[in-house]
Amino acid sequence: MKFGIVVFPGSNCDHDAYHAVTDVLGETAVYLWHKDHDLQGSDVIILPGGFSYGDYLRAGAIARFSPIMTEVAAHAKRGAPVLGICNGFQIACEAGLLPGALLRNESLKFLGTSVRVRVENADTMFTNRYEAGQVLTMPVGHGDGRYTADEATLDRLDGEGRVLFRYVGEKGQPAIVNPNGAMRAIAGIMSAEGNVMGLMPHPERALDIALGSKDGVGMFESMLARVAA
Amino acid sequence: MSRFRVALHIVPRRGLLDPQGKAVADALHTLGFKSVGDVHVGRHLILDIDAKSAADAEKDVRAMCQRLLANPVTEDFEIAGVTAA
Repeated sequence: MKFGIVVFPGSNCDHDAYHAVTDVLGETAVYLWHKDHDLQGSDVIILPGGFSYGDYLRAGAIARFSPIMTEVAAHAKRGAPVLGICNGFQIACEAGLLPGALLRNESLKFLGTSVRVRVENADTMFTNRYEAGQVLTMPVGHGDGRYTADEATLDRLDGEGRVLFRYVGEKGQPAIVNPNGAMRAIAGIMSAEGNVMGLMPHPERALDIALGSKDGVGMFESMLARVAA
Repeated sequence: MSRFRVALHIVPRRGLLDPQGKAVADALHTLGFKSVGDVHVGRHLILDIDAKSAADAEKDVRAMCQRLLANPVTEDFEIAGVTAA
């Protein structure tokens, strides 16, 4: 299976995503320069973390008009998988591939820490190697992670099982104060068709217990299991 | 074609949590400005653009706001002024 990792000016988790796909998953990965128009036959597109275009105007607002995003949108429209991590989640929202927006953290501070998220739906292309209710530990590093949408959208996301990850407390209980003030403590969501996912935590930085957690491996294995099948 | 200068405000949508605005309001209260209610912090943009008329310039900027300059989910915008540049 081939993963295409889009590289925007300011992406900084593209190499981590490459490592996840090639060294951990044992699959093929290619970097896709944002000015190109060719997805090079990629089965899965990863919009990686970083600070594309310096987060100017709004995080993701300018990257979403990069030339390759036309092809990424077409790829998504065909029902093919797109994974947006952190800045990639922000870009996917700005591009309209996912509903809502990511606003400045409620604390107004950059958040660089480890968080716990609960798997809310384990029957998806991105989470089938987890169990519903399982609590994962993953790093976050963002200044704009406060998921925001109108009430109708939030109800729809919850009702349709499209909230895939929610911030939780130490032992998996509901987070009293979630790390960035996200509405309904949402950490990751999926599109209505189930093929686009965005999340703020970094699964590609949680691949080895020596670095604190390998809970991110399951996300890549989930895509491999579902897409290759 | 003439050149116009268009000024606009982009502000967080009312009702959405605006932690920056709240921090500013709290600071003003601390300084003794007790009359201050809600504060909203947004962006002020100034664009120089070529257009046939001031009305056309404003129309163009509205289209820019809808596509790029403002996020339709979380922000509102208003044209603050159109002047000859």
